[in-house]
Formats: sequence, C-alpha cells, structure tokens
Amino acid sequence: MSALPILIPETTTAGGFLLVLALVLPLASVFAALTLGGRNARRVVMLAIPAGLALAVAIGVELVQSGHTLVYLLGGWAPPLGIALRADGLSVVMLLTTTVVLLAVALFAYSDFQVPENGHEVRAPFMFWTLLLAVWGALNAVFLAGDLFTLYVALELLTFAGVPLVSLEGRSETLQAALRYLLFALLGSVLYMLGAVLLYGTYGTLDIALLAERVRPVPAVIAAAALMTVGLLAKTALFPLHLWLPPAHAGAPAAASAVLSALVVKGSWFLVVRLWFDVMPGVVTPSAAQLLGALGTAAIVVGSVVALRQERLKLLVAYSTVAQIGYLFLMFPLAFGSIGDVPAHGAALTGGLLQVVSHATAKAGMFMAAGLIYAALGHDRIADLAGVARAMPVTVLAFALAGLALMGVVPSGAYLAKKLMLDAADGSGQWWWVVVLQGGAVFTAGYVVLVLVSVLRSRSGSMPLVKPVSRLSELAALGLSTSSLLLAFAALGPVPGDLVSSPLAPKELGTTLAVVLGGALLALGLSRRSLFGAAPVDSAANEGALRRSVVAVGAAFELADRLIRRWQFASIGLLMLVALLGGLLVFGSPG
Amino acid sequence: MNASMLYGMCGSALVGIGLYGLIVNPQPLRKILSFNLIGSGVFLLFGVIARRGAALGMGGDPVPQALVITGIVVAFSATALAVALLLRLQEASGSATLSSPEPADPPDA
Repeated sequence: MSALPILIPETTTAGGFLLVLALVLPLASVFAALTLGGRNARRVVMLAIPAGLALAVAIGVELVQSGHTLVYLLGGWAPPLGIALRADGLSVVMLLTTTVVLLAVALFAYSDFQVPENGHEVRAPFMFWTLLLAVWGALNAVFLAGDLFTLYVALELLTFAGVPLVSLEGRSETLQAALRYLLFALLGSVLYMLGAVLLYGTYGTLDIALLAERVRPVPAVIAAAALMTVGLLAKTALFPLHLWLPPAHAGAPAAASAVLSALVVKGSWFLVVRLWFDVMPGVVTPSAAQLLGALGTAAIVVGSVVALRQERLKLLVAYSTVAQIGYLFLMFPLAFGSIGDVPAHGAALTGGLLQVVSHATAKAGMFMAAGLIYAALGHDRIADLAGVARAMPVTVLAFALAGLALMGVVPSGAYLAKKLMLDAADGSGQWWWVVVLQGGAVFTAGYVVLVLVSVLRSRSGSMPLVKPVSRLSELAALGLSTSSLLLAFAALGPVPGDLVSSPLAPKELGTTLAVVLGGALLALGLSRRSLFGAAPVDSAANEGALRRSVVAVGAAFELADRLIRRWQFASIGLLMLVALLGGLLVFGSPG
Repeated sequence: MNASMLYGMCGSALVGIGLYGLIVNPQPLRKILSFNLIGSGVFLLFGVIARRGAALGMGGDPVPQALVITGIVVAFSATALAVALLLRLQEASGSATLSSPEPADPPDA
C-alpha cells in the first residue's frame, strides 16, 4: 500500500498543490480562530473540518487516479537542498481517518464547549477549538512531510497542541499530568533529534526518499535508528514508557481524551512506521522487530490486567488504550520476520494500518461514551453504574459497539486486521504471535464485558441524573463506533474479499463466543469487586482459593505498573531500551 | 585532537549531563533546564557537522545551520510552554512537584 514508486528525478506532480492546501487550511484556521475569538472559534472549526474532509478525499482520488506518490517541492527546489511534501497510500488513509475522527469529536463537543450566551468569553472553549485545529494541522504535517526534520517540527507541534488539551480544566492534578507528559515527550523528541543529527552527519540529507537509497547498517545509522525509534516510543506511550498516559486521561475532558488517544499518539506511531518501512528497511533486523513485538505483548497483558482493576470508567478506557497501543506494534515482527517474503510484509503493514484506523475510531467512540456517562451521572465509578443502560441506551450501545469493534468481531476493521496479521504470522512461521493476537482479543473482551455487566445491572429506585446529555454527542459517539464496526466493508477494495466471512457463520460465531466467554472469565477473576454481586460482599470468606490467587496476581500487576510509571524508572528504562535496540540492530541476523 | 573532535566531545558531554539531570532531579524546573542542556549538546553536534561539510571544500554547510535555528525556536517554545505550565501549577497547588504519579480522583459532584 505504501510502496508506490517515487518519480526520479523528482518534480512536483499534478495535484501536488493539494498537499499544500492540506497544511494551509488547518493552520490558517488556527489563526482565524485565534483572532476571531471564542464565540467564532467553533464556527471556524465547523467550516474548516468539513472542507478538510473534502480535501482529504480529493487527495485520495488524485492518488488513486495517478497511481503514484503525490509530490510537492516547496519553492521548486528538489531535495537534498529543498523540502518535499509527499502523499502515499499510508498518508491518505491517515489523513482521512484524522479528519473523520476530528469531525466526530467536534460534533460531540459542540454543546459542551460553547461560550455562554450572555456571559464573558471563557478560556476552555476558546482553547479547545483552537487546539483541535492545531492538532489537525500538526497531524497533517506529520502525514505529508517528506524529510525527517520537518517531521520533527511537526511532531513537536503535535505535542505542544496535545499537552494543553490535558489541562483544559486547569485543576492542579491536570496541570501536573500535562507537565509530566510534556517533559517526557521532550525527552523522546530530543533523542529523535540526536538521531537526525547522526543521519545528517553520515549522509548529508534528511529526505526520506534519498535516505532510503543510501542507508547502510553502519554504526552511526544503527545508533540513529535506536535513538529515534525509542524516542518515538516514548511519545507513543508504548509500555514501559507509558508513565504520562493514565494521569493525562484521568483529568482531561472526554473530547480531549478522544483526540489524544485516537489521534495524537498515532502521530508518533506513524513516524515509527515511516522510519522502519520507508527509511531503513535495510538496517532493521528481525530480532529488533521481535523486541517491538515483545514490548507490545507486555503492553497488552499489563494494560489489560490493570484496566480490569480500575474503579473509574475513564481510567479503564485509558488503560485499555495502553493495551491497544501494544497491539499496534505487533505488525513489526510480522512484517520483518521473513525478509524477502514481500507478500507477508505488505499484509502485515496493511493489517497494522487497518488496526490503527479501527482503533482510532472505536477508541474515540469509547472515550466519548465514557465521558457522556460521567457527565450524566456526575461520577464514573464502575461499581455504581447500575441502571445506566436503561437511562442512556444510545450511549451504552455506542460503548458496546466500540468494544465489539476493538475485540475484532466480524465485520470490524480490527477483525480484518487480525485476519491479515494471522496470515502473516502463519506465512512467516511465527506461531507465538498467533497466541498474542488471539489472547489480546480475549483481554479486550474482558474489560468490555466488565463494563457492560455493570451498566446492564438493574437499579432499584430512580436514576439520579445530574445533567441531560446532548443527543448530538450521543450520536457522534455512536457514529464513530458503528463506522469502526463496519470498517471491513470499506477496506474490501484493496483487500481480497474472501477474507471476510459472514458474522453468523458457525466458525466465526464460535470464535466470537469463545473470545467473549474468555473475557467474561477474566473479568470474573480479575475485577476488583465480584462481578455479579450487587453489593461489595465481605469477600474473603465465600471466595475460593482460585479467585484469591487471581486477585493477588492482579494486585501485583497493578503494583508493577505503578513502579514502572515512576519517572526515574521510566527514563532509565528508556535509555536501556535504546541500548537494547541498538544491540539487537547490530547483532541480530542482518536483514 | 582537532577542533571538530573537541566540539563533538563537548556536545556529547552536554547531552550526558542533561540526561543525568533529567533523570535524577525531582524538581520540574531543573528538569526543564536539563532538557535545554541536552538540546544545546545536540545543536553543538549540528554545528560540528556543518563544519565537517566545510572540510570537503565547501564554504561551510548551511543546511545544519538552518536546522539548528529551527531547533532552537522549537526548544524555546517547549521551554516557554513548560515554564508556563509550571507557574500555573505553582499557582494552583502551592507547590511545584511531579511526585504524585497516582491519578487523583475527581472531586465528587
């Protein structure tokens, strides 16, 4: 999907100006929103994002029609002296996903973030709408930039736009979370820049296409690859570098959480993909790719177990993001496991991309649903959610659909992604990733079942709703979840159709049931309170030894997570990962 | 040892000192300063590379210099944002520390 040939010698292609527009539109809107002020900022967003959607579609159409990468040379100067913007299949998919998710987030937040009719302008709405546009502009720059330094600047813009979203409410915990996020992200980006220096010093260019032709596994390049990759992992919050993610989500508004989890962490993930697949496929070794996959597996296990032990819905969803980020890194060992086997390479990349799109849509929908429940109840303690399903059926439906989509039930994008990655695992003989892929779905089912059982429980007495939720917000969440669940149909174009079978076919139904059942067992064992008891029972007496030991394991995971998220541990871990990855790039069997 | 070697070593030393400070200092302001130290080290390395380009017969490679200027702007903005957050944190909580990793519960409505 990504490896479209690049024209040499490179010139601006037809339709290249669309790429410039895709950068100018969001950034010009940021300025418009800033100057026109809070009341108009929302109008600017509502005009700009649909226009951006049309633009992304136009870029996609142009790409498909011309059949090669779209290029725009800034000022007509060709790299290495000039800077190129490029759009390939990867970029277009990400552009479209970003715009669709942002549109849904804007609709979701439409009534939450408005300036009071006759009041003074307030900070939160003004900043929210402006930052939403800034995130959009930074992401477009990440997807379209053609050289590693522009990517660095774009990534920094993304961080600067994402950090204030965490502390929109201005309470001291949220400020602290934002500062932690910013400092850790800066540590990551400075490592990335160090890597960029080494690459420039070796080859005299940072242009991706030129570097791809020149890189050889020499020491400076290997050091650069290790530094840049780990720096980006810190920004992506891959376990064990996720110290900033749970506190950042704990206090952020739901719309901001949706943007952070669905889009902002994907920016740096996308850059890892660019590095590994486009810049240095010749440097990457299979054992280094196995390391990324192993970190992903650890993220799935720890993130899911800790998610099951959370008392607050918002944090449960945040920890599920930690686990899902791990899922995104499983494509690396599959793609680089069997060098020379091009089909497996492509299938794993397509699978990973589908995974990202389906996670972006489903997780945004899930955060929105959790936010609506919080807004309506005034709290989101999982133990007190009984009766929510009756009071807010649309919201609960959105949550359930998002959960199904994340589990990878049949026609969801995650299902198709899993299928492609399972094929890649079979093709390259790496059976252990099959276990991880299937086990990850069971874990996901675990926390979805946990929440659904809580909200479906009936409540004696009436439901104390603090505040009615807007129907538009509910529909935005539902729309995103549904689109994630139906993604497989949209993806059928580039993917062979025989991969999708009917959701009611006995084999698929059996897998789905097994996953849900496994998840229910996990939830039963690991949840903090007993799943079906109405009241927290004085448990020690009537619980078996099995449950007690499983609970102890869960508590141990929680403790380990708390330890790993301490600053010293995480930053030393970061440096050790650089060393480990560098070692694997040197000593792993050459690719 | 020639001049670019010396500059390269200085840059690496700055990166090392900055990393040490960023890891062990608990105060956020010192972490911000340490980040700036690492940044300076990286910029110095960029300078060395520009100089090395000059050794090939060119009059100094201008591209790394352009990159350094951009990098300094980015690092300056990052520092400004971090300091602004720190000041707000000090205002809101009376203390400026990062040492409560546990996500606190929101105030009950």
